[in-house]
Amino acid sequence: MIEHGFETVVLWTDACFFLLLGAFAVGALHAWRRPHLRRSWARVGERPAGMAAMVVLLVFLLIGILDSLHFRAALPPTAGQTETVYATEVTSVLDVVMHRQRTDVERTYSAPLATHAFVKETVELPDGGQRRDFPRLVHGGAHLEDAAQDHGADIASHLMRGAAVGVGLSLLAAAVLSVFNGGVGRLIRGQTQLAWRSAWLTWSIVAVVAGMLLSLAQGYHVFGTDKVGQDVFYLTLKSVRTALMIGTLTTLVTLPLAIALGILAGYFGGWVDDVIQYLYTVLNSIPGVLLIAAAVLMMQVFIENHPEWFATAAERSDARLLALCFILGMTSWTGLCRLLRGETLKLRELEYVQAARAFGVPTVRILLRHVLPNLMHIVIIALVMDFSGLVLAEAVLSYVGIGVDPNMASFGTLINAARMELARDPMVWWSLAAAFVFMFVLVLAANLLADVVRDAFDPRAG
Amino acid sequence: MWAYLVRRLLYALPILMGVNLLTFALFFVVNTPDDMARMQLGVKRVTPEAIERWKVERGYDKPLFFNESAEGGAQLTDTVFFDKSLRMFVFDFGAADDGRDIAREIQQRMGPSLAIALPTFVLGLFVTVSFALMLVFFRATPLDFWGVVVCVAMMSISSLFYIIGGQWLISKIWHLVPISGYGGGLDAPRFLALPVVLGVIGGIGSSTRWYRTIFLEEISRDYVRTARAKGVSELTVLFRHVLKNAMIPILTGVVVVIPLLFMGSLIIESFFGIPGLGSYTIDAIQAQDFAVVRAMVFIGSVLYIVGLILTDLSYTLVDPRVRFE
Repeated sequence: MIEHGFETVVLWTDACFFLLLGAFAVGALHAWRRPHLRRSWARVGERPAGMAAMVVLLVFLLIGILDSLHFRAALPPTAGQTETVYATEVTSVLDVVMHRQRTDVERTYSAPLATHAFVKETVELPDGGQRRDFPRLVHGGAHLEDAAQDHGADIASHLMRGAAVGVGLSLLAAAVLSVFNGGVGRLIRGQTQLAWRSAWLTWSIVAVVAGMLLSLAQGYHVFGTDKVGQDVFYLTLKSVRTALMIGTLTTLVTLPLAIALGILAGYFGGWVDDVIQYLYTVLNSIPGVLLIAAAVLMMQVFIENHPEWFATAAERSDARLLALCFILGMTSWTGLCRLLRGETLKLRELEYVQAARAFGVPTVRILLRHVLPNLMHIVIIALVMDFSGLVLAEAVLSYVGIGVDPNMASFGTLINAARMELARDPMVWWSLAAAFVFMFVLVLAANLLADVVRDAFDPRAG
Repeated sequence: MWAYLVRRLLYALPILMGVNLLTFALFFVVNTPDDMARMQLGVKRVTPEAIERWKVERGYDKPLFFNESAEGGAQLTDTVFFDKSLRMFVFDFGAADDGRDIAREIQQRMGPSLAIALPTFVLGLFVTVSFALMLVFFRATPLDFWGVVVCVAMMSISSLFYIIGGQWLISKIWHLVPISGYGGGLDAPRFLALPVVLGVIGGIGSSTRWYRTIFLEEISRDYVRTARAKGVSELTVLFRHVLKNAMIPILTGVVVVIPLLFMGSLIIESFFGIPGLGSYTIDAIQAQDFAVVRAMVFIGSVLYIVGLILTDLSYTLVDPRVRFE
């Protein structure tokens, strides 16, 4: 699809996402250089749960990054054309990787790995008659000569091939890890300083499962297809990006607001404190969902009334996603702000801050050099802990109809569409199951990491 | 104490005013009433007359803050801000898009909302506190470890899946209770059982962990060690000492939500078709009925502030050191 060239497209969420990744990399470098920070992060890595969670999250992050590299493919040149014309559709690298799943659309529902459709249709018989039967799928298992006979064996061979690739990747990882950790024995017995064994085991499971899924996806719809025949596996992978965006971009709003206002309120006290406290009490006193609902409704009106701002449908749903992140951020900075205010109140009275003040160090410098670094552990804990909550919130909000654009793949829209299908008999369960599994793994990994990070960074935890 | 109450109520006024201004800005300043009309009427049918009619029907045709064409006091009262915002303080919310009075609708729907939310709250509190106490009793054993694992796993499941799964298993496969609906009188328990149970299960994960942390913090204190040293049994320590002293942090998190129970639960009510305030809000959001959403925001913040005051009052019940002078 990109044989004629392409033009990169940077959507707003992509830009913010990569900005955040960059900031994260700078922060990691900074932490690497400071022994006490490195110690805290090492404590995260020493826990098997922490390493396992990080591996899973990194895999999700990879999917998210692949799906955030957007471009517009050039259309095949026609005769007499001087300029390249680009498609209006914005595609991502993930779309290229999953090209087959994206374009192989069935007519309607089909079960996972099925070769025949899920609902009966009128089929034309070779002798000219008609019969009600389950027709063969256009793409799912289309390579089989005799679907009934070869189906099982073909699936098994796909599984074997996928598993073989997965095992290969696992062995490769084991080899690399043993080189850096002094031998295979130490890795397998778990005698490394960081919990590399747990990371390796997790990676092996992920590699084998992913290998099998991707191998099966070459001939079948692994998780079936939805009402309009789209591949559910593809939709689920696309949802990962949306979940990551909601979980991470929101911090772009919460962090600056919470840190700036929390420090100001705590350090200066007096009327500054009163104003900031008033501000967050007001925001806090509106039940979260309702405030989000009101803001999203207004955003919808705004986007609806300014169609000229958005050239493509992708830009439009992207703007909506970004706006949703901002709204979630505006409604969720208050908790962190209150924590930071309280901590700053304590820090302000400590001797070294008093000393700095007595020496006439400028206030800005005191705040940046002496107060802010000592608040960072709270910020990091809050950041990791909020992530899973935001991913879960996205599903609920999209279900209510105040989440992401209905055309954007997300866990919420998947669940919402699947809910109606549960009433069918026999039941269409696969899109729900796919959303459940992916969401569960993502949120569980985030929760586990949050626990480990809290234990490692909270000075109160022994 | 009365002086304290009056002071707290007076302090609530500026906060409500802030909420009011914020919602007003959200609903009328970010987008003009014309924009809202265009959105609701759809792009095709929009004519200036239709927009004007839409605005007149809802009373949005007046100036926002200051009416120059009116006389005297009406210059300030005959405005959108007075009609739509200030009148909320006397719980006059005007009419919804279907023409019904919002305040009356809210009164009628509070009952069903409470019928779900109150049992869920009480039962949920009982179950999670007992579960947490059990985990603390068996702390540092495999039971505690796996209990926490189960909690983390349960926390990681979206509430939507609990409801969908419960409806599927209990109503569709086992046919124990109707899938959705609501009935008064003796019929009510049949309809309420499933949403209440699912509401409780959905909250077990995070609440249990939260209470467990509180109890563990309390159990490492000196007075607990003293109690054990003088031979008090572990169970008595848990219930007489730990639970009692953990009441302050528990109350801080719990009492605040009691008034908000009136608001019902958005998701549960909409899944089970219960005619409460939660489904009212969802319907309003989906139909883009701005007046109803505004009213719910206001009521929500009033109830939250009531919850804060109740929290402070509840401290006096469990902690004799707390007094209001």
